[in-house]
Amino acid sequence: MISLNGNTLFENKSEEFSTLIKSAYKDLDINYPKFFKMDNLSKLAFICADILINNSAKNESNIAIVLSNRASSLDTDRTFQKSISDIENHYPSPSIFVYTLPNICIGEISIKHQLYSENSFFIFDAFSPKELWVYAENLLKTNKAEKVLCGWVDFDENDYEAFLYIVENEGQIHHTINEIDRLYHTQ
Amino acid sequence: MNELKLELKEKIIEQLNLEEFTVTDIDDDDALFGDGLGLDSIDALELIVMLDKDYGIQLTDPKEGKEVFQSITVLANYIAEHRTK
Repeated sequence: MISLNGNTLFENKSEEFSTLIKSAYKDLDINYPKFFKMDNLSKLAFICADILINNSAKNESNIAIVLSNRASSLDTDRTFQKSISDIENHYPSPSIFVYTLPNICIGEISIKHQLYSENSFFIFDAFSPKELWVYAENLLKTNKAEKVLCGWVDFDENDYEAFLYIVENEGQIHHTINEIDRLYHTQ
Repeated sequence: MNELKLELKEKIIEQLNLEEFTVTDIDDDDALFGDGLGLDSIDALELIVMLDKDYGIQLTDPKEGKEVFQSITVLANYIAEHRTK
């Protein structure tokens, strides 16, 4: 399920991520062929960020991106490892290799929305609102960004989750650790 | 030769994840890069791996790659002449 501010935008009963995300791409009318070249983590981050930016920060350029997860790029790392494990059949795939870093998904979002902004990707054991709050507050208070796209985007085999939000100085909800935690747990 | 061209179109669509293309969308003389299929530098590397893996052809000179990947026709002719698999 994909929701925006509590309203369901897309729902599909499929248990397979590849089927679900392709269906979401079509249903949400996202016309961006490079999407199909992305790894699963990037597809997940890209679609959620696209919905959020188009809804509340379209055509803005000074949007920093601060994302986090638990599994880093492990899902794609495993795929790449399989492709190089047989010495007799050793043909590493360049298009898989380029996604063996988690912050590549930030690059995909930045390319689509023409963002030349600050960005960071953190690896935590679990969703960590305090760290996201500290980093976003710092970016806003030091005028490094007008808005900050923050959140959690995690993908490991068929277990995945994304929770993204945008912070700005004059936002509708007070930016506190408790509010971030509350929103994460009400998704 | 037509069989090889069809095979190349199918491989390119599958291996480069060109989900919105079918073999009938790719003309034999369409440019693979630039305004044609819009392939990028990572796709070029993937095609180099495909040549090695599927046809036993190793491209080491970047200039040669630029010429070989002009179109399906040029690529098929090159493979037919140099393949070891």
